[in-house]
Amino acid sequence: MAFKQVTSPHAHGAKSTANVMKLVVLATIPGLIALTWHFGWGSLINVVLACLTAVISEALVLKIRKRPLAFYLGDYSAVVTAVLLGLALPPLCPWWVVVIGTVFSVVIAKQLFGGLGYNPFNPAMVGYVVLLISFPVQMTTWITPLALLPEGLSHPDFIESLKLVFSSLAPVDGITGATPLDSFKHTSGLTVDQIYQQDSLFSQAMFAGVGWEWVNLGFLAGGIIMLSNRLFTWHGPVAMLATLALMSLIFWDSGSSQSPGSMMMHLFNGASMMGAFFILTDPVSSTVSNRGRLVYGALIGFLVYIIRAWGNYPDAIAFAVLLANFCAPFIDNYTLPRTYGHTDRRKATERSED
Amino acid sequence: MRQTWVTPGGVHPPENKHQSVTQPIGSLPIPEKLVVPLGQHIGAPAIACVKLGDKVLKGQKIADPAGTVSVAIHAPTSGTVSAIEARPIAHSSGIEALCIEITSDGKDQWIALQGIADFEHTTPKTLLSIITDAGIAGMGGAGFPTAVKLNPGFHRPIDTLIVNATECEPYITADDALIRERAEEIIEGIRILSHTLGNPSNILIGIEDNKPEAIQALEPHTQDTGINVVSFPTKYPSGGEKQLIYILTGKELPSGQIPADIGIVCVNIGTTYAIKRAVVEGEPLVSRVTTMTGEACEINRNYDVLIGTPVSHMLAYNKFDAEKCSRVIMGGPMMGFSLTSKDIPIVKTSNCLLAPSVEEIPHNEPAQPCIRCGMCAEACPASLLPQQLLWYSQAKDYDRLQSHNLFDCIECGACSYVCPSNIPLVQHYRSSKSDIKKAEEEKIKSAQARERFEFRQQRIEQADKEREAKRAARREAALQAKKTAAPNSAADIVAAAQARTEAKQLSPEQEQAKLERAVSSAEMRVQKAQSKLDTAVASEEPEDKIKILSAALSGAQQKLEKAKTRLAEQSN
Repeated sequence: MAFKQVTSPHAHGAKSTANVMKLVVLATIPGLIALTWHFGWGSLINVVLACLTAVISEALVLKIRKRPLAFYLGDYSAVVTAVLLGLALPPLCPWWVVVIGTVFSVVIAKQLFGGLGYNPFNPAMVGYVVLLISFPVQMTTWITPLALLPEGLSHPDFIESLKLVFSSLAPVDGITGATPLDSFKHTSGLTVDQIYQQDSLFSQAMFAGVGWEWVNLGFLAGGIIMLSNRLFTWHGPVAMLATLALMSLIFWDSGSSQSPGSMMMHLFNGASMMGAFFILTDPVSSTVSNRGRLVYGALIGFLVYIIRAWGNYPDAIAFAVLLANFCAPFIDNYTLPRTYGHTDRRKATERSED
Repeated sequence: MRQTWVTPGGVHPPENKHQSVTQPIGSLPIPEKLVVPLGQHIGAPAIACVKLGDKVLKGQKIADPAGTVSVAIHAPTSGTVSAIEARPIAHSSGIEALCIEITSDGKDQWIALQGIADFEHTTPKTLLSIITDAGIAGMGGAGFPTAVKLNPGFHRPIDTLIVNATECEPYITADDALIRERAEEIIEGIRILSHTLGNPSNILIGIEDNKPEAIQALEPHTQDTGINVVSFPTKYPSGGEKQLIYILTGKELPSGQIPADIGIVCVNIGTTYAIKRAVVEGEPLVSRVTTMTGEACEINRNYDVLIGTPVSHMLAYNKFDAEKCSRVIMGGPMMGFSLTSKDIPIVKTSNCLLAPSVEEIPHNEPAQPCIRCGMCAEACPASLLPQQLLWYSQAKDYDRLQSHNLFDCIECGACSYVCPSNIPLVQHYRSSKSDIKKAEEEKIKSAQARERFEFRQQRIEQADKEREAKRAARREAALQAKKTAAPNSAADIVAAAQARTEAKQLSPEQEQAKLERAVSSAEMRVQKAQSKLDTAVASEEPEDKIKILSAALSGAQQKLEKAKTRLAEQSN
């Protein structure tokens, strides 16, 4: 009698790629709740619309590539990309913005490079940057947080929101407004204290920006959930946040009119926490070793601060992550771990002697 | 408490050890036929020293060690040698190798055994030869001949003896059971080892803390012996030699070196028991403790199994259910290999026979793409980057594989275990390792061929040059001769030629002696040919060979006749 022959190891742990991806999606829920609470139904609509678009476009490409649909769709990677992009887009932006961004992310940034595992750039961020450059008006129209809505106005309800999204009409003037980073950037000549007094986005905030601080706390909570489930190591996010904090401490200059803002403002505004835990932790496009992730995270934190403080864009996670994606193989070359029994770390390109 | 060190990485698969230690070590009925492979150890396979049909007793040597890195093989029970042929053996590739089959006579009758009660007054050299002759090779898995390990040479002084009782693989409890029941003999074995190594200053038994009974069993026997039982947290693969050395000493074994290079000898605890039996009782290694476990067998238990017992015999006795079983594994679920056939025998390195149900170890799911999540790197005990190694393995980028230290991979399988994409990483590494080794061999071969070719070219050129030089010299000489000898007449030339021929001719006495020598050497040749033919006939060599030899004989005889006639002519 012959037995089946299989190679070792025979035992296998419980984790699967699909479960990893599902957990990432679940970990975005605190952030999504905070976004929906403070900015209305828009983000939820973005996420659902992006997911639908992503699954359909991924299925089409798989069909063209003659790959088994269920097997590849079952890894949930397209859904993760879609959820992250949906969360990053301004609430109540027109439906075609979401669709174009998602199609670009899934088809161009991921599948054209070979699908899951082969994309050199973070697909969600590629989609985001394409949208930001192509449709600056739609991409910079944010919603006023709930706490700051003018008397008598409220966020549109769910049906109303759907109508706004699909009619591509701009929301009513009163419910749109600048983000704290945007607002801070465009108030020149005022000291930090003056800005904080004048702008209700800051004056009514706990420590960073109305609504935004909750959104960032939500993503921080999601990040901690993923960390405790060991989906990734602490190195990337901590290095990124620490560098961002350090940079803002160094250039704080006690809050003069030239100051790029406080440490708390930078850590808990914009996409800081989402970037740290959900974007730069994308393993496919990041560096591979823990030391590499320290460098990679620090580089992103550094670039984010540089662009926020002296660049043209109020936030910079997407640009910083894409730039760091370029550098990842280079960083990898110099950050191999020291192997057991070796005294030195080696370079990835080191050649064996002939 | 002695200090221990923590290795990076590692995994915690479900231990599943309790099932097989509920009962004491049992024994199996003697199988009708036992199949004993000649190569159960690393090194040259032993050479059979019995013939088909020979009667053998239990413990009788049936194969001699072949060279230094080899050990003897003994009959596991009394009976008759019924086959010496290639059979499927316990090997990850499911290959066949030479085996001796013994048909048991059911008496299990031992040969006369003679042990050494007083090993302390026996020289290490004698002990080492006893260990080799008793057929002892590492029983933890690799099967390295123990005597070779215990003889590291003067340039490698040993200060630490590590006894590996880690047994970190899930399911396996063979060492655990052995320690629980035979701790005293194990300690005796360790003392013998220590004696052969010149009593190293540190003797450590490394054991995971999931075996409290075994630790307790060792304690009374280690008191005041200088032997330390060191327990450390359970984590796979702490039992790997390199890992254990680090855990117990904080030293890393430099890449490419053996433990003796840093003053350490590492021996499996089962081996120390076998050594005690061999030295004190004179009993060669003919059985070992093997764990029979897995849900596809009704009985899970440790057995004292005769080497050569077919797996089928063991499975049947433990009520194996083939329907339930996903695969039959020799060894543990992490590093064991699946068996291709039921007829494969238990060998000296078989610590476990695992027959898991499909629920326990499901069939492999198809691999998904690597997302470089890095869980493998977190699990790797050697601090490698398995995801990068996979990448370069697929690309066959041998330079990158080597710069990422592929050859420091111990193939423990921790990376594949944690991989969420079900990628058989270890399989990729094994294949790349053998590809690289092959490529290197080819490189050496082609370098040699090139060298040979270049040398030949050089030689031909040299010869051509010399020939040309000679020719030139001759031409020169001829020219000179023409110039000086031009006036000589034809008569002179003839006279000169005659003079030369005369000079060449021998005197009659010389001629006589020469012919006599020829006769005697021809006689010798005839004698030689005759004796060759005789031996060939006696040993019943093939007919055509005998024909050739007799033809050679008659040729030699004719030559002798000729030489004799010439001598006679000369004498006349």
